[in-house]
Amino acid sequence: MEYEPVIGLEIHAQLLTDSKIFCGCSTKFGAAPNSNTCPVCLGMPGVLPVMNKSVVEFTMKMALATNCRINPVNRFARKNYFYPDLPKGYQISQYAYPLAEAGYVDVEVNGDKKRIGITRIHMEEDAGKLVHDERSPSSYVDLNRACVPLIEIVSEPDMRTAEEAAAYLRRLHEILVYLEICDGNMEEGSFRCDANVSLRPIGQAEFGTRAELKNMNSFRNVQRALEYEISRQQYVLESGGAVLQETRLWDDSEGVTHSMRGKEEAHDYRYFPDPDLVPIVISEEWIGEIAKTIPELPLEKRERFVREYDIPPYDAGVLTATRALADYYEETVKCSGMPKGASNWVMGDVLGHLKEDKLDITSSPVKPKDLGAMITLIEDDTISGTIAKEVFGEMWKTGNPPGKIIEEKGLTQISDSGALESTIDDVLKANPDQVGQYKSGKEKLFGYLVGQTMKATQGKANPKLVNEILKKKLSAL
Amino acid sequence: MEMNQLTIHELQKKIREGETTSLEITEALFKRIEAVEGKVNSYITLTKESALKEAEIADKEIEKGNIGELTGIPIAIKDLMCTKGVRTTCGSRILETFIPPYDSTVVKKLRGDGAVFPGKTNMDEFAMGSSTETSYFGITRNPWDLERIPGGSSGGSAAAVAADECIASLGSDTGGSIRQPAALCGIVGMKPTYGRVSRFGLIAFASSLDQIGPFTKDVEDCAIMMNAISGYDPNDSTSVPAEVPDYREFLSRGIDGWTVGIPKEYFIEGIDPEVSAAVEGVIKEVEKLGGQCREISIPHTEYCVTVYYIIAPSEASSNLARYDGVRYGFRSGEGRDLLDMYKMSRSDGFGAEVKRRIMIGTYALSSGYYDAYYKKASQVRALMKGEFERAFEACDVILTPVTPTPAFKVGEKLDDPLQMYLSDIFTLSANLAGIPGISVPCGFTESGLPIGVQFLAGPFDEGKLLQIAYAYEKNSKIEKRRPVL
Repeated sequence: MEYEPVIGLEIHAQLLTDSKIFCGCSTKFGAAPNSNTCPVCLGMPGVLPVMNKSVVEFTMKMALATNCRINPVNRFARKNYFYPDLPKGYQISQYAYPLAEAGYVDVEVNGDKKRIGITRIHMEEDAGKLVHDERSPSSYVDLNRACVPLIEIVSEPDMRTAEEAAAYLRRLHEILVYLEICDGNMEEGSFRCDANVSLRPIGQAEFGTRAELKNMNSFRNVQRALEYEISRQQYVLESGGAVLQETRLWDDSEGVTHSMRGKEEAHDYRYFPDPDLVPIVISEEWIGEIAKTIPELPLEKRERFVREYDIPPYDAGVLTATRALADYYEETVKCSGMPKGASNWVMGDVLGHLKEDKLDITSSPVKPKDLGAMITLIEDDTISGTIAKEVFGEMWKTGNPPGKIIEEKGLTQISDSGALESTIDDVLKANPDQVGQYKSGKEKLFGYLVGQTMKATQGKANPKLVNEILKKKLSAL
Repeated sequence: MEMNQLTIHELQKKIREGETTSLEITEALFKRIEAVEGKVNSYITLTKESALKEAEIADKEIEKGNIGELTGIPIAIKDLMCTKGVRTTCGSRILETFIPPYDSTVVKKLRGDGAVFPGKTNMDEFAMGSSTETSYFGITRNPWDLERIPGGSSGGSAAAVAADECIASLGSDTGGSIRQPAALCGIVGMKPTYGRVSRFGLIAFASSLDQIGPFTKDVEDCAIMMNAISGYDPNDSTSVPAEVPDYREFLSRGIDGWTVGIPKEYFIEGIDPEVSAAVEGVIKEVEKLGGQCREISIPHTEYCVTVYYIIAPSEASSNLARYDGVRYGFRSGEGRDLLDMYKMSRSDGFGAEVKRRIMIGTYALSSGYYDAYYKKASQVRALMKGEFERAFEACDVILTPVTPTPAFKVGEKLDDPLQMYLSDIFTLSANLAGIPGISVPCGFTESGLPIGVQFLAGPFDEGKLLQIAYAYEKNSKIEKRRPVL
């Protein structure tokens, strides 16, 4: 029997607000344990939560960017369970009245477009963190992260392959980062993903029993874990067994999933509306104001780049990977008027150097205006492509504009045919054997003679002119 | 008359006129406390040393002419409002050692007004009870009859005022916990509108019902206390940013031409005849004052107890989850692993009534029961709220008994939770509807136990309550008595 996987993802994204969702403490990562805390986020007796308005607005942005309906009345609910990293014994989340529902994003897998539904987006607070000391029987609690704002984005069970799931995950990730509401750091846990996966015989309408996968902290691991789990479930079904409803943990080093807890051990969270927080009413005007702040999103940008700059979709994809990179590219185009040249340079030398120096595009020593100027200099034959590489290297090192470097190093292209003719005459004279072989039909040696000419001019000769003159002279011999 | 026997407004007059000082008042107070506390047990924690210091500071301010309505006045605080640096136990073993690092908003306000804090008063554990018998720190006794309970859960705060162990006090009222002990101890107690007084720093029992309010010796003091504690607090999202009037201005306005609703559901069989007679007396007095009493109906009253005992324990089961032995308070050292530690800390840290309510609430919120219990109860609650709204379209205030009986004997209902729950039958609905209520003394039984009458008003109409209560207090011929201790 052939089986079809059914996958849904639950994504938790930490919001980039300065302060926590229900108190004024800082959300900064990496502070000394329990230093970013106050009675409210410590869950002291008697404290009350106060809603951080930015959290609502950040979540509204994500809702609008993923085509969701924003509910006019929002409520917080308590999700009750005991764990030492949960200071109040409940997490303040949303349940019956989430901020947004019924949205979607489009993804592309192997050239095919697919629409993935979003069931809901809701706001909630994060829990703290347990630190275990291997040498002692004690565990420690760090509550810096407690009360940090999260949004949970729940997809419809619309994905059918691990690849689709990974594509959906990447799409949400880039939207969050584009909106500047989440830093997207998977390793630090500011972007986390759980997956629900089940198998059903192809053609069957109802879903099979699902497993929930946790502990996948990279895009690659999400895909690997899903691939593993799909084949595991297939094996179970094919050998006549039944898939259990359970939560499974991905083990990165072994490349397998392990059962963590079964259905019987599942929590009853006893959700009920949090009486400490009043409902949040979201007006059409407020939605309108937030809608105005939504930037062009990656997919739209990509399509515009292809249309407007006539570059291949692949290039457009690379150049729009982040908003800063796309801005860098567009600024370079504006300063050079050369979309293709700009794309080649940004994708090649700029990204290469950034990677080598472990830099972010925003801290690139070469500014778009200078890169644009350099591309213009190539285009108007002031420098050759070869020289340009040298100039770019120098720009990267010094941060100087290309004109200054070319002037200081005397790198201006020789486009004076008189000067070039005498150099070429010298080259021909110095290489009689090669000239002879060329004349007897070994046309490949033309390149050699061009190379010799470039060498004699330290690469400054205008290659087009060299070609012309050399051809003329050789045929006249 | 000893200084500690006077009211806030009487003491303020004396202070202004230089006839006494805060230190003198506070010293007199502690003399009284030392004399009677062994019999009454109003307090869990006494803070004599810091109170005397506060009194000295208040006297210095008074000398400089910085004198507010509460400057130098000793006010006792129910032991579930957080006090920075002073342990706050909630009457529970689980918080026996808890010292809050912050002040609740009400305490901060009183501190700002120059009040003196003699101590933290006894209460039913986590405010769950109607008799102050479930406290981990022993029972509080009714100053009028030490064989009887003072009411609850704010029994310590009520008894302290009645026994002149403080000038006024703060309590909290989730289902009657201010009004019922006020009635049983013969003093004035007000539960303000939900949202009138900040709950920040009030250790929660049932968040949608809890409200802080004052216990005072008379209605004028109640207005003074309400002026001090009311108002919006950005730290409490459920507090309401409505303007706070000067409540003293309502006092002498009279009630001529008022309509006073008498809900028939509150005059049921089973009410003690002496209580009935006293309340009938109030109705007559109100009519003499120009009020028109007319029968009204709040049909859903009969579901009060049921609805309350679903909503309150549900919220409590969640509010009390934080007492897990991990960060503060009592932790059992016996457990071998985390689950053991949780179970043993909570089993040993909480008393029977608290555990009973946690279990009821946990059950009511459980998957599969939520709709039948919590959701249904919330719907009935909304209906009741609507019934009160309609009632207040036709009436200025509503008049009812506070309790079906006077103070009962210690131990009488402790083993019968249902009987205990019924003692709040007339007070619960104000919490469910979020409206204000006041309990005012209206007489004594033949055996000398105090009886109270309750007035209810629409949201944020505390002024009206003070207006009718003051008019009644001034004109009724209730004799002034003091408990003999």
